[in-house]
Amino acid sequence: MIRVDRLHKSFGAVRALRGVSFDAPDGRITGLLGPNGAGKSTTLRILYTVFKPDEGSASIDGADVVTDSLVARQRLGALPHGSGLYPHLSARENVAYYARLCGLDSGVVDDHVDRIIKLLEIEDFADRRTKGFSQGQRTKVSLARALVHDPQNIILDEPSNGLDVMATRSLRELILKLKDAGRCVLFSSHVMQEVAALCDDICIIVDGQVAINDSVDGIRERTGCDDLEDAFVAAIKLVGDD
Amino acid sequence: MRTLLTVFLKELVDNLRDRRTLASALIMGPIFGPVLFAFIINLSIERSLDDAETTMDLPVIGQAYAPNLVRYLESRNIDIVAGPADAAAAAAAIKTGLYDVILVIPEAFGEQLGNAIPAKIELYSDSANTQGEKEARRARRALNSYNRQLASIRLSARGINPLILRPINIDDIDMSTPSGRSAMLLGMMTYFFIFAMLMGGMYLAIDTTAGERERGSLEPLLSLPVTRTQLILGKITATCVFMAFSLLLSLLSFYVVLRFMPLEQLGMTPNFDLRVVVAAFWLLAPFILLGASLMTLVASFTKSYKEAQTWLSVVLLAPTLPILIVSILTLRPQLEFMFIPSLSQHLILVDMIKNEPLNGLHVAISVVSTLTIGALLTWVCARLYRRESLLG
Repeated sequence: MIRVDRLHKSFGAVRALRGVSFDAPDGRITGLLGPNGAGKSTTLRILYTVFKPDEGSASIDGADVVTDSLVARQRLGALPHGSGLYPHLSARENVAYYARLCGLDSGVVDDHVDRIIKLLEIEDFADRRTKGFSQGQRTKVSLARALVHDPQNIILDEPSNGLDVMATRSLRELILKLKDAGRCVLFSSHVMQEVAALCDDICIIVDGQVAINDSVDGIRERTGCDDLEDAFVAAIKLVGDD
Repeated sequence: MRTLLTVFLKELVDNLRDRRTLASALIMGPIFGPVLFAFIINLSIERSLDDAETTMDLPVIGQAYAPNLVRYLESRNIDIVAGPADAAAAAAAIKTGLYDVILVIPEAFGEQLGNAIPAKIELYSDSANTQGEKEARRARRALNSYNRQLASIRLSARGINPLILRPINIDDIDMSTPSGRSAMLLGMMTYFFIFAMLMGGMYLAIDTTAGERERGSLEPLLSLPVTRTQLILGKITATCVFMAFSLLLSLLSFYVVLRFMPLEQLGMTPNFDLRVVVAAFWLLAPFILLGASLMTLVASFTKSYKEAQTWLSVVLLAPTLPILIVSILTLRPQLEFMFIPSLSQHLILVDMIKNEPLNGLHVAISVVSTLTIGALLTWVCARLYRRESLLG
C-alpha cells in the first residue's frame, strides 16, 4: 500500500510537484499518467527515497519515506527510469548482488535468484555478462533485480520504454501476475494504451498537480469521453483552465 | 557490516574483470615507475662515467699551427679530428648541431707563444646544449691544464718555483656516504610509490559516484534497503584494497629492478632489502585511506566519467608538490613536516634508504596525521553521498 499526501518539490525555481496526493492500494495496478515533465518521475523518486519532499509526506506500508526510509525501502522494489546494470557481472550476479543488499540470508539468495530468473524467463542469458545486452534484456534483468526480495510494493518508472512488442507483452503479463499475488503495483507511463490495458486506477498528473485520480471507468464517466485518450486530453485541459 | 562486505566483494569482482582498472592497477603504476626509474638511472650512469675512460672527438682547425698542443690533447684521451674549413664554418657547424665543440687555432698562435704574448685560441660551443657543454668543459679543462703546464715551464726556466702561483691548495672532501648519495636519486621513488598506489584505485574511486551515475546503476542502488554510508564505506574499502595491492606490487618491482641496476657505479648502495620493502609498505599504508577518500571526494563533484578522469589526474600530481618544494629547498626533516601527508612519508622513506636511524616520534606523527586526514575525508565523502544532487 502506497500513500502519497500533498507532495511539494521544487528544483531551484522550477516547481516540479505542487501538492500531489493519491493512494495505490494492494492487489491493484495504479498507473501514473502524464505528459513529459509533469512530475511523474519526481513523485516516484520521492517514493523510492532518493529525493526528499519539500512539503507533504508519503509512506510505503505505513513507513514514512523520510523518517523511516530504511523500512520503506525494505518494503519496496523499484525500477528507476533507465536503470543500468554492472556490465562486468553476469545477469545472475547482478540480481544476486541486489538480493544480498536487500538482506536476504546467503542460504536463500540462490533460491530467490533462481526463482526470479525463471519467472522473468531470462534463463537463456542469465549467466552471460550484461555488457552488450539489448534494451529488453536489460529491462528484464533490472526488473528481476528489483523483485528478487519479493517486495510487497513495486514501483516501475516507464518500464516499457525501449521494449519491443513481445517484451512489452511479457512485462504486462508479469505486472498482472504481481497484481494477482496481491501486490501493490505503481507504474508511470506516457503511453495511453498501456495504461488503459493494465490499470485499475489511474492518476493523471499535469504540471505537478493531480488532474484526475479515479478508476478507469470513473475517468471515462467524469470526462464524458469513452476513449481514454480523449479523456486524457480533457483532463490536461482541465488543469490548463485553472 | 554484512552490507559493507557485500559491496566490497562485488566491487572486487567487478573491477578484477575490468581490463582498464586492472591495467592501471597492475601495469601503469607498478611497472611504469620502475621502468622509468631504471631508464633515468642508466642515463645518469652513462653520463657520469669518468672522462678519462672514454675518448672524445675534438675537431681542431689549424692543427699545423700548434703540434705540441695537439699532442698534449691526444695524451688526454682526446681524439683530434679535422673540423670544418674555417672559423666561420665552425660557428655554423656548432649552430646546426653538427659538432658540439670545435677548437680553432689561428696562424699567429706559434708566434705569439714564442714571444710570450697570451696566445689566442678559440673554443666554439653552445652552452644551451647540455651534452655539448659537457664536452666543451672537458676540452676547456684540458686546455687549462696545458696552459698551467706551459706557465710552470716558463717560471722554471726563469728560476722561479712554479708553486708560487698556487698560494692555496683546495682539497675537496666529500662526506656523503654511498647510501646518502643514493637517497638523492632514490628520493623520487616515494612519488612513484604514491603514484602507483593512486593509479590502482583511481577507476574504483570514479566508479563510486560518476561511474555508477553514468551507467544508471546509482539510482536503483540507492533505492535498496541499505544506508548510503554502508555503500560508500564498502566502495572505499574496495578502493583501498586495490591501492594496497598496487603499492605492494610497485615496492616489489622496485626491489627487483634495483637488484639489477649497476648502482655501485654511481657510488650508491641503497638500503632497499626486503625488510625495508615491508617497512615502506606500512609507512605508506596510511596514505592509502587518504588517497582513496580524496579521489572519491574529487570524483563525486564531477558530472561524468571523463570529467572525473581529468580531475583525478590533477590529484595524481598533488602529492608531488610538497616533495618537490622540500627537494628544491633541500630542507632537512623537521617535526612540522611530519604533519604533511606524502611529505612525511617521503622524508622518512629517504632516511630508511639512507640507512639512518628512524625517529619514532616522526613516524608516529606521520601515521596518525595521515590517518586522521584520511578518516576526515572519508567522513566528508559519506556526507556528500547523502546529497540529493548526487544523482546529478
